[in-house]
Amino acid sequence: MRIELERRGSASPLFSVISPILSLLLTLVFGAILFWLLGKGPLSALYSFFIDPLTEVWSLHELAIKAGPLILIAVGLSVAYRSNNWNIGAEGQFTLGAITGSILPVLVPSWHSPLVLPLMMVMGMLGGALFAAIPALLKTRFNTNEILTSLMLVYIAQLFLDWLVRGPWRDPKGFNFPRSLDFSSDAVLPPLLDSGRAHASIIFALLAAVLIWFMMRYMLKGFEVTVLGRSERAGRFAGFSSRRMVWFSLMLSGALAGLAGISEVSGSIGHLQPSISPGYGFTAIIVAFLGRLNPLGIIASGFVLALTYLGGEAAQLSIGISDKVTRVFQGLILFFVLSCDTLILYRVRIIFGAGKTLAEGKH
Amino acid sequence: MLEAILLTIITASTPLVIAAAGELVTERAGVLNLGVEGMMIMGAVCAFGAAHVTGYPVVGLVAGILGGALFSLLFGFLTLTLVANQVATGLALTLLGLGLSGQIGESFVGIPGVKLQPIVFPLLSDIPFVGPLLFRQDLTFYLSIALIIGVHWFLFKSRTGLKIRAIGDSHGSAHALGINVIRTRYLAVMFGGACAGLAGAQLSLVYTPQWVENMSAGRGWIALALVVFASWRPARVLAGGYIFGAVGILQLHAQAFGIGVPSQFLSMLPYAVTIVVLIIISHNRRTTLINTPACLGKPFVPDR
Amino acid sequence: MKKLIIALAATAATLGGFSGGAQAADKTKVCFVYVGTRTDGGWTQAQDLGRQQVDKTFGDKVETPYLESVPEGPDAERAIERMARSGCALIFTTSFGFMDATVKVAEKFPKVKFEHATGFKSGPNLATYNSRFYEGRYILGQIAAKMSKKGVAGYIASFPIPEVVMGINAFELGAKSVNPNFKLKVVWANTWFDPGKEADAAKALIDQGVDILTQHTDTTAPMQVAAERGIYAFGQASDMIAAGPKTQLTAIVDTWGNYYVKRTKALLDGTWKSEQIWDGLKDGILTMAPYTNMPDDVKAMAEETEAKIKSGELHPFTGPINKQDGTPWLKKGEKADDGTLLGMNFYVEGVDDKLPK
Repeated sequence: MRIELERRGSASPLFSVISPILSLLLTLVFGAILFWLLGKGPLSALYSFFIDPLTEVWSLHELAIKAGPLILIAVGLSVAYRSNNWNIGAEGQFTLGAITGSILPVLVPSWHSPLVLPLMMVMGMLGGALFAAIPALLKTRFNTNEILTSLMLVYIAQLFLDWLVRGPWRDPKGFNFPRSLDFSSDAVLPPLLDSGRAHASIIFALLAAVLIWFMMRYMLKGFEVTVLGRSERAGRFAGFSSRRMVWFSLMLSGALAGLAGISEVSGSIGHLQPSISPGYGFTAIIVAFLGRLNPLGIIASGFVLALTYLGGEAAQLSIGISDKVTRVFQGLILFFVLSCDTLILYRVRIIFGAGKTLAEGKH
Repeated sequence: MLEAILLTIITASTPLVIAAAGELVTERAGVLNLGVEGMMIMGAVCAFGAAHVTGYPVVGLVAGILGGALFSLLFGFLTLTLVANQVATGLALTLLGLGLSGQIGESFVGIPGVKLQPIVFPLLSDIPFVGPLLFRQDLTFYLSIALIIGVHWFLFKSRTGLKIRAIGDSHGSAHALGINVIRTRYLAVMFGGACAGLAGAQLSLVYTPQWVENMSAGRGWIALALVVFASWRPARVLAGGYIFGAVGILQLHAQAFGIGVPSQFLSMLPYAVTIVVLIIISHNRRTTLINTPACLGKPFVPDR
Repeated sequence: MKKLIIALAATAATLGGFSGGAQAADKTKVCFVYVGTRTDGGWTQAQDLGRQQVDKTFGDKVETPYLESVPEGPDAERAIERMARSGCALIFTTSFGFMDATVKVAEKFPKVKFEHATGFKSGPNLATYNSRFYEGRYILGQIAAKMSKKGVAGYIASFPIPEVVMGINAFELGAKSVNPNFKLKVVWANTWFDPGKEADAAKALIDQGVDILTQHTDTTAPMQVAAERGIYAFGQASDMIAAGPKTQLTAIVDTWGNYYVKRTKALLDGTWKSEQIWDGLKDGILTMAPYTNMPDDVKAMAEETEAKIKSGELHPFTGPINKQDGTPWLKKGEKADDGTLLGMNFYVEGVDDKLPK
C-alpha cells in the first residue's frame, strides 16, 4: 500500500471546508480510542475537552484571555514567515515588550493619568520591535541567520527579566520576593465586561488580524511581502528591497509580540514576575501555521488551540486525565489538522498492491 | 583542574554535537525538522527504560537510537508523504514527544539509572592529561566524534551524500535526474531522529543516569540552533557545540570562584557568545549561501 | 470510512458512557494545584505524596482532585477558579508564584477555603503555610563541618529568593558552630529543575575544591555526581538515598502530608481558621532522613541538635551573628524574628559568594 499525491490546479474550495471537519472527526475518533485505552470514559473526556469550557460565561472569558496573545503574536509571525523571515524568537520579544511596557508603572508609580495605559502599550510595542530589530540588523548587516539569533535572544530576554525582578525592579515592600510592585489601577487594562476577566488583548488581537488581513490582501505592502517571500529576485525586479522587508517584517512581528506581552502583564498579571508566559511565543508559531499563515485562519486556530488548553484542564479535574495525555492529544490534533490540509492542495490516492486504486478526495 | 573542567565540558557538549550532526543531515536533504527536542526526549526515555529492564546500558543506547528514529518516522510520514507544513509538524512532534515520554516514563521516576561505563584504552589512557580526556571516555563521546567525521565524509565524499545535497539544493532537478527524493528524505529524517535519540540516550545514561520528565530541558533547541550556527558544515557543529558547552561550564566555575557578576548575566553568556561568534564567521555572504540548502523546508511532490 | 466512525463512536459510547456528572455528593473535595508534574521527583512529587496521605487518612470522606503543570500567571488564576467552581471546599495552591491568583480567587469565592504555600498574602478565607527548612539546613551544616576534611562545602542554589538565601545562611551558621573557619561556595544554577545543569554545577564546585555538597534544586543529579566523585552530599525535598547509598549523609524531607492531614481534619471538624503557619521539625512538616554514612559521634551530635531544635532550646539564627561584611546583625543571645528571615536578602559571615542585588 502506498500513498500518492497529485497537485490540484488550484486550492479546492470544497476541501477547504471539508478538511477541518474531517480532521475534527479523526481527532474525535482517535481521542476516543486514546481515552478508552487509558480507561477513561471517551465521551465524557471529549466533552470535557471541547464542550465543557464553552458552557459557562466565565470560561469563555478565559478562552479569550488565552487566545488573545496567541493570535496577536501569530498574526505578526505570519507576515514574517510569508516574507521568508524566520522569526522564531517571539517569546523573547513578548518578554521584552512586557519589560519596556512596564517601565512607567514600575519606575513612576505615582504618575496617575489616563495617558499611562496607551503609553504602556506603545512602549511595549516599541520594546518588542526594537528587540526584533537586533536579528534584523544582524541579518542585513552581517548575514547572520535570524533563526539562530532570534532564538538565542529569547533566553537572553528571559534572564534579563529574571534579573530585573530579583534586582533593581524588585518590590521594596515585597519581602524580597522576585516580583515588581503591583501596577496602580491606571496601569491595568480593565475587564471588558463585568461577567469575567477578559480584557483588551483579545480586541487588539482581532483588530491586528483584520488589519493585517487587509494589508496582505489589498495593499501594495502585502503584495511586496508575498512577492519577496516567493522570490527575492522577482521582488527586486519589481523594485522592492528585501533588506527593508527584513526590517519591516521582523519589527512588525516583534511589535505585535511586544504588545501581547505588555497586555498580558497589564491585563492578566498586574505586576512583573520571573515567568510571564507559558510559551506563548512558541505556541504561536503552531497557531500561525495551523491558520495557514492567513490572519483570519489564525483567529480560528488561536481559539482552537486555546480551547484544548482549557479543555485539558477541565478533563484533568473532572476525570483525572494527566497533563501528559493532554499534550499527546494536542499533538494528535495538530497532526490531523496538518495532514487533512493536504487534501486542499492535492488529490490523494491510496494504492493497494498493483493497480487497485481507491481514490479519495476526487471530485 | 583544567582536565576536570574539560571533562565536564565534553559531557555537556556531546549530546548537542550528536543531535546537531543528525539534524544537519536532515536539513542538508532539504527537510527542516524542528522536533529535535521531542525526538531527544523520546530517545532518553527509551534508552533509560531498555537499560533499566535489561541491565545493559548498551541495549539502552540502541533503544534510544531506535526510539528516536521511529518517532521521526511520524514526522516523515506527515511532511514527506502528506507534504504537511514542516515547521508546524516539527513543533507538534516536540509537543507529542514531551507528553508521550512523560507517560512512558511515569514508572521510571526515582529509579537509579544504569550508567554507561567508559571504555578504557590500555596504555593510551595512561598518558597524562590527554589519556583521561580522549582515551577514557564512554561510547557516546567516540560516536559523536565518529559522527562528525563520518557525516563530513558522507556528505562531501560519497555518492549518496552528493545526492542528498543535490536534493536539498533543488529537489526538482534531483527528481528529474532520477533520484528518489522522497525515499532519500525519509532516510535523512530517520538519521536525524536516530541521532537525536542517541543524544537523548546520552542524557539518561551518561550525563545524568536517571529519568525525569523534560530532562532534555531545551537542549534540542540548542542543537537546532547549532546547525544554523555551523552554516550546515559538520566541523563547525563540533566547534559550536563545544563553544556553547564550554561557556556554560565556565560561567559556573566563575560563580564558584566568586566573581561578583549577577548569575543571570553569566547564564546569558552561552547564548550571547554563540551570536557573537556567528556574526564573526558569517560575514562572508557567499560562503554562507553556498552551504545553505536552498530547498530547506519547502514541500516536494513528484510530478507524474 | 463513515460507517467505521459511527461504529467506533457507538462502541465508545457503550464502553465509556458519560460518567462526568456522577460524583458522590457527600465527599468533601480537598483540591491541589501543582506547578510541576506529579512525578517530577522533587517539589511537586513531595506535595503529591502529601495529597495521597490525605487520601489514605480520610478514605471515603474526602476526594482529592488536582491540577498539575499549572503555569504561574493568568493560567493559575483560571485553574484555581475552575477548582473553586467545581465544588472544592479547601484548595491548596502549592507554589509561591500562585500567590496573587489565589488572593484574587479567594476574594471571589468567600465560602471556599484556600491555603497558599510560602507566600505572604492572606485573607479571611486564605491561610498561608510554610516549612522551616532552615532548621534542617542548620543540622546539615553541622554535619558538613564534621565530615569535611577541607572545611569547604559547595551549595547548588536555584534562585536568589529569601527562602534560598535563608537556607544558605542556616547551613553556614550550622557549620560554623562546629568549625568557625568553615567556608561555603555557592553556585546559582538559575533553575529549579535541569538535571544536566545541576550535575554541571556539582562538578564545577567539586573541581573548585569542595568536598561536600548540598543542593537547593530538585533532581538527584548532584547526588549522583557526588557518588561518582566519592564525596558526601545531602538530599533535598525527598530522601535521595537511592541515588547515593554510600553518599547521602541525610536529607531534608518535605513531609507536607502531616500538615495537609491536620488542616483537612480541621475543615471536616469545622474548626478551620485562616492562619499564617510556619511549621518546623517539631510539627513534622519536614523530617530528617536517617543519618547514614557517618561516625556515631557525628550522628549523635546531629540527633542532639535535632532534639534541641524540636524542643525550642536551639534557634539556628541566634546571635552573635555578623553579616557577610563583618557588620554585626544579631547581638549575643538575640534571635532573628520571622519577618527578617522571610525577607532575608543578605549573607552571614563566611559565605564565599556575592549575593545578586
